Amino acid sequence: MNRFWAFVTKEFYHIIRDYRTLLILFGLPAIQLLLFGYVITNEIKDAKIAIYDPSKDVVTRKISDKILSSGYFILERNLSHVSEAGDAFRYGEVNLVLVYEPDFAQKLEKTGKAHIQIIGDASDPNTANMLVNYASGIINNYLISINSEKLPYQIIPEVRMMYNGELKGVFMFVPGLMAMLLTLISALMTSLAITKEKELGTMELLLVSPLRPGQIIIGKVFPYVFLAFIDAIIIIIIGNTVFGVPVRGSVFLLLAESLLYICMALSLGILISSITSSQQIAMMISLVALMLPTILLSGFIFPIENMPWILQVLCYMMPPKYFISIIKSIMLQGNSLVFVWKETLVVIGFTTVFLVMSVKKFNVRLA
Amino acid sequence: MREPENIIVVKDLVKKFGDFVANDHLTFEVRKGEIFGFLGANGAGKTTAIKILCGLWYPTSGKMSVAGYDIYTQREKVKRNIGYMSQKFSLYDDLTVFENIRFYGGIYGLKKKAINERAWSLMKRLDLEDARDKLIRDIPLGWKQKLAFSVALLHNPKVVFLDEPTGGVDPITRRQFWNMIYESARSGITVFVTTHYMDEAEYCDRVSIMVDGRIAALDTPENLKQQFHSATMNDVFIQLVRSK
Amino acid sequence: MDSPAVSVKNLTLRYGDTLALNDLSFDVPHGELLGFIGPDGAGKTTLFRVLTTLLVPTHGSAQVDGLDVVKDYRQIRNNIGYMPGRFSLYQDLSVEENLTFFATIFGTTIRENYDLIKDIYSQIEPFKNRKAGQLSGGMKQKLALSCALIHKPGILFLDEPTTGVDAVSRREFWEMLKRLQAGDITILVSTPYMDEAVLCDRVALIQNGRIMKITTPANVIASYPYSLFSVKADDIYGLLKALRDYPGIHRADAFGQTVHLSFNKDEFREAALLDYLKEKGIEPAGIREIKATIEDCFMDLMGKEEG
Repeated sequence: MNRFWAFVTKEFYHIIRDYRTLLILFGLPAIQLLLFGYVITNEIKDAKIAIYDPSKDVVTRKISDKILSSGYFILERNLSHVSEAGDAFRYGEVNLVLVYEPDFAQKLEKTGKAHIQIIGDASDPNTANMLVNYASGIINNYLISINSEKLPYQIIPEVRMMYNGELKGVFMFVPGLMAMLLTLISALMTSLAITKEKELGTMELLLVSPLRPGQIIIGKVFPYVFLAFIDAIIIIIIGNTVFGVPVRGSVFLLLAESLLYICMALSLGILISSITSSQQIAMMISLVALMLPTILLSGFIFPIENMPWILQVLCYMMPPKYFISIIKSIMLQGNSLVFVWKETLVVIGFTTVFLVMSVKKFNVRLA
Repeated sequence: MREPENIIVVKDLVKKFGDFVANDHLTFEVRKGEIFGFLGANGAGKTTAIKILCGLWYPTSGKMSVAGYDIYTQREKVKRNIGYMSQKFSLYDDLTVFENIRFYGGIYGLKKKAINERAWSLMKRLDLEDARDKLIRDIPLGWKQKLAFSVALLHNPKVVFLDEPTGGVDPITRRQFWNMIYESARSGITVFVTTHYMDEAEYCDRVSIMVDGRIAALDTPENLKQQFHSATMNDVFIQLVRSK
Repeated sequence: MDSPAVSVKNLTLRYGDTLALNDLSFDVPHGELLGFIGPDGAGKTTLFRVLTTLLVPTHGSAQVDGLDVVKDYRQIRNNIGYMPGRFSLYQDLSVEENLTFFATIFGTTIRENYDLIKDIYSQIEPFKNRKAGQLSGGMKQKLALSCALIHKPGILFLDEPTTGVDAVSRREFWEMLKRLQAGDITILVSTPYMDEAVLCDRVALIQNGRIMKITTPANVIASYPYSLFSVKADDIYGLLKALRDYPGIHRADAFGQTVHLSFNKDEFREAALLDYLKEKGIEPAGIREIKATIEDCFMDLMGKEEG
């Protein structure tokens, strides 16, 4: 235990004395979050919406009210026919069209099911995505509020993207960003920290000491678990206070899942460092092999459903995909472990595989 | 005989880093075509002085000229007239012999034709013609060192600064290297060299020994040995450094 | 303590096409100070890495304290101290932090083994709060040696500890090694400086992955097969050039302000040489017979190896 703490202390000295690392560790998450948050939230204030409501009953009015009072949408006009939607988009009058089916409340009462169509202008896919997600979020909320009183009702929002086919997308940027930043910090920082010892030649001394590979690895990685965890908290707090991203589920569960994901990313970082010998290569691998998939193949920005099957298969091999859906589920839908245990298991699986591989790969010698 | 031209003139060179005085009023001259040994203990201030003379750092105070050009106002001309070779860095490991020569010729503004001519004569002189397309990392250390020295002379500088040029080299190659230094000095190039091998100090025309930022002794090896009643330069050096 | 401290048999290590170590065999008894002398690239570092269990040999075997470097690497690592060729301490940690770190990972403390390093460490202790990266070359070395010694190893491997270090620090360093050796530590040290050879109990002259000779410094010199003369002149360069073509000469090498000339035993005629030089316009300031130095022996062996 003494050896372990000596190692951890040393590692903290390295980190604290290198202000650049510190800046990356704590400055980057805040800056990224504010940057993304600002760029994205800017777009969705007062979006113009058109509504086609043939039923005009209590329920549809209630839903329309909720949407219009959310602050995100302003009613541009009421449509008298569905076919007017195309023109409304084409002339740039509106960003979103809402179409209720006829006899909405009746159908909901009788069958417990009613349909609503949310049409976005997918020529600007990101905005469309955001708007559609906001609208469906509001509808979901409404649904939760009425379900608590009576039998379970379902309002099925049917999303249609005009001009760009079926684009379903990210719910919010915070989960995606969190996955991205935790991957970056944990995997990149650990792989750099370990390859740095190789470059400096100090790894030679550690190897010649009686330390076991596991001790070296855990000693090096432990401080980063701690630091990345602080980052996760920073992201959640900024997301919540600055951008109002809710944490509807258990905070404890959210943090526990974050910790798990951090361990996954760290073990990946160790794996990278055990197969490379220079910081430069470790950095390239971390950036190219981790960052890009996290951004592109996790559903963070591009919806997985729209990808060719081969990419979809790849997406299912990406740990961030599972993490994003876990935290989305906890933060936005308020779900408990019961709903995310499968994803959690997958992340645990990844962690175990990476850890075992890196301890195996870790060379007890130089060549 | 006419008094030989002084190619390096240093008067009261002072360099401070905060409170620390790295060079404390150095004053010396180096004559044209001389092999000048610049010795000193680790941390005595040799590297600082070399960096100033090469125009990489400004001194805190003092007057200096190299190859007739002022260190403060004519830095570009100084750099054009000096060559530099250090043990740590000189050639690019991942470029070939020829590519390295071409690169150095290029940064000194030599014409393509001139570079090619000089490259060939250089490779011929060093017996490296067959190794023209070999990567530097694949040739033996001794060859690297000789090549690095030749490359430092490619643009016909008046002075060449050698910072521990023979570290780690075998004794035969080390002597071959000194042969090259002799030849260059005979052709009129001034050689300013640092080394930790004390027998190499004896190959120099004159030697200065730095202790704690000052020049503690400067003379021919022969005179120094007499002055300190020592048989070797090693003993001279140890006496000087230990007496501090 | 029956087995030697180090025992190497037919040790060979190949990197691709190059033989970094070519069939080495030798034993090092306990308490010896053995020097490996040879230029960069001779194989010294590779050999030390095999003995410190960092590299696995291609053929042959090596034992440290009777333990196999491949099979028993874990036990070996507990009982050896290693100072790699490059300065390999944490530059951003202070002197004391570095030493504490290495003490702790070997499961000991500075206080416990202070006696052992006192001699060396006390010289840098006034600077114990300084970052290792800001130390001068000589001080870095003392710190590295302290770190390698802090766990009281039985065998010490020092890879080129004096490279790039000035003559005074080098001398002090060797004095420290002598005192350590007196404390019953076996020391294997490598160096490119030929003049350090005489300070070892035995030396191994190493070149191109082969040990050309391994014996006491006195024996190396005694087995030098030629008559050696030192010639003094003002123009060493001219003298050398002239002597290269002199018939019957074995080698002519510059040594400071003299040239060392070697001839087969009893083949040297001083008068003939003087005449020859006179013809070339050179008046030597003196010729005398001398004893060979390790460097003369090394160059002789090296010249024979190569061709």
